[in-house]
Amino acid sequence: MARKVTTGARIGWTIAAWVVALLIFFPILYALITSFKTEQEAIAGFSLIPSGTFENYITVEEQRDYFTPFMNSVILSVGSTILALIVALPAAWAMAFAPTKRTKDILMWMLSTKMMPSVAVLLPIFIIFRNLGLLDTRIGLTVMLMLINLPIVVWMLYTYFREIPGEILEAARMDGAGIWQEIVYVLAPMGVPGIASTLLLNVILAWNEAFWTIQLTTTNAAPLTAFIASFSSPQGLFWAKLSAASTMAIAPILILGWFSQKQLVRGLTFGAVK
Amino acid sequence: MTLKTVLLGTCSAMMLAGFSVAGASAETLTIATVNNGDMVRMQGLTSEFTKANPDIQVNWVTLEENVLRERVTTDIAANGGQYDIVTVGNYEVPIWAKQKWLLPLDGLGDKYDMDDLLPAIRGGLTVDGKLYAAPFYGESAMIMYRKDLFEKAGLKMPESPTWEFIGDAARKITDRKTGVNGICLRGKAGWGENMAFISALNNSFGGRWFDEKWKPQFDQPEWKQSLTFYASLMKDAGPSGASSNGFNENLTLFQQGKCGMWIDATVAASFVSDPKNSTVADKVGYAIFPTKEGVANHGNWLWSWNLAVPASSKKAASAQKFISWATSKEYTQLVASKQGWANVPPGTRTSLYKTEDYQKAAAFAAPTLAAMQAADITKPTVKPVPYTGGQFVTIPEFQALGTTIGQLFSAVIAGQSSVDDALAAAQATATRDMTRGGYIK
Repeated sequence: MARKVTTGARIGWTIAAWVVALLIFFPILYALITSFKTEQEAIAGFSLIPSGTFENYITVEEQRDYFTPFMNSVILSVGSTILALIVALPAAWAMAFAPTKRTKDILMWMLSTKMMPSVAVLLPIFIIFRNLGLLDTRIGLTVMLMLINLPIVVWMLYTYFREIPGEILEAARMDGAGIWQEIVYVLAPMGVPGIASTLLLNVILAWNEAFWTIQLTTTNAAPLTAFIASFSSPQGLFWAKLSAASTMAIAPILILGWFSQKQLVRGLTFGAVK
Repeated sequence: MTLKTVLLGTCSAMMLAGFSVAGASAETLTIATVNNGDMVRMQGLTSEFTKANPDIQVNWVTLEENVLRERVTTDIAANGGQYDIVTVGNYEVPIWAKQKWLLPLDGLGDKYDMDDLLPAIRGGLTVDGKLYAAPFYGESAMIMYRKDLFEKAGLKMPESPTWEFIGDAARKITDRKTGVNGICLRGKAGWGENMAFISALNNSFGGRWFDEKWKPQFDQPEWKQSLTFYASLMKDAGPSGASSNGFNENLTLFQQGKCGMWIDATVAASFVSDPKNSTVADKVGYAIFPTKEGVANHGNWLWSWNLAVPASSKKAASAQKFISWATSKEYTQLVASKQGWANVPPGTRTSLYKTEDYQKAAAFAAPTLAAMQAADITKPTVKPVPYTGGQFVTIPEFQALGTTIGQLFSAVIAGQSSVDDALAAAQATATRDMTRGGYIK
């Protein structure tokens, strides 16, 4: 039987949810406000009312090329997501439907790689990239982003697949489906909500990745994270310009997240309630 | 079939659309630099260079100062060859030159007037008689002060002020009711932030970082005197939250009329005298870095941003051609003709300070030159030292050590630690690091 929720509790929870949401969103909101301030206003102290200047956007556009890093961000995040899906889909299938006694260990090991500080492997990765001629290439960075996000993709897909009854796959097998057909025609369509939210999350993670994308690129493959980094200045004021550059960099992914939030939430809470 | 087709189709489209790496037609130079006004101006004028050298294209990589150091260090150490020109400070140049990470600049051309470079700056970039980087702009440190506030308080800035005078004047000018702080100084922790100022201050008090045998000197009276003076001055006449203030924060305070004095890099003069951004542009006076009564040392603060060619570059000849253009007298003329004399990169060439137009456009030209000529990074301290560098020590360990000690000293300003505790901790840290580094036998 469902628990009865009083109006007071509902209002309380709603207010709490709004406060939490506002707290989380506030840095982005403040960056947006700051981008419409002058440099003097930006550093003067806390204020939510900008003078409304567009000068920072004009300066950012004049000083740096936005389109190339934007396209690089699109290519890297979408490319690494597709690559990750190609690798993770069969991996998650195998772990969910044909587990061995070491499956849990493998899953934990995969997750543990996320706990290692990236800088610890900077030099070896850099040298591998140099020797393979992958420095400042989109191919190299796509593979790198795929690898660093792969554990999360595998884990998420594994969690979704575990919710799918194995009997359905068995039935497909009895109808003569091979492994590939089983994954493509039975598993993938049933796991669409989970796969979609995994893809969206991976695109967001890849878009925001700011260590490897700065360390392994110079000009050809540098995405929007490098674009933002270029506006920090050791001498002279830069907060407003940096905020304008950040707003321009995060706007596309923010819009994508906004439009796909229903799908994202659905996928992220998939399997949470049985 | 549908999913497979979609996946294959998308991958193929991406391969065609994006993965192809741009092919090189003309020789393309990749230049790593920091984001400051002079560098942005140079990027804007690069077309003048490529017009004259159609066989050379230029790509800019602009990074935050610390990220730039990290990136360039990784690239050079691992022989990555990603950059053909790197922007480096005069702290790194001697260290990297000795490691053979930089190429000597012997191809700048006959027309390049090497003797016109300011001797102090050139000296800091020369190792074993060879120039390893060409200075793009240089700076020392000086006092910027509010002439109107001095007049109101009945004060007159001496030609060569002492710290005693500065301390008294700062306390006299301070007016907490109107929000005027007598003096604004760096307090934010970092080897290039508060430690730049404090090291120069300590030099002018007759102190030093290390003795001839690399023994740290934080237990000596000079450090105690200089740090006590600094902490007490900041308490009596400094802005609130000074432990978080670096160059940019103090710049804003000064521009908003909230500092009676500001002692910092000479490059700040062009910002505080710019009427577009500064409310006190017409009220600023300049004076040389103070000394302590009886000690002939003006701190020896000297910094330059320079262009160098990493040993891993495969386009060294073209790179030197660009450096020769960007650091030449002709480039100065080009900036002056396009953007006015006040915007030319300062602090590298003697000829600039002899130019009447520049002297007219930049009221800070003469004090800047005086400050730069007073700085000697080869003999930065009164007592003998085994290192070079004015507001830094030219050893690889200094970045980490300087930042750690900077944190200790910043805590003093924040009221979280005493001068004695901070100095004792600094002495212990420095002794440990220098022993580990093999400096102390």
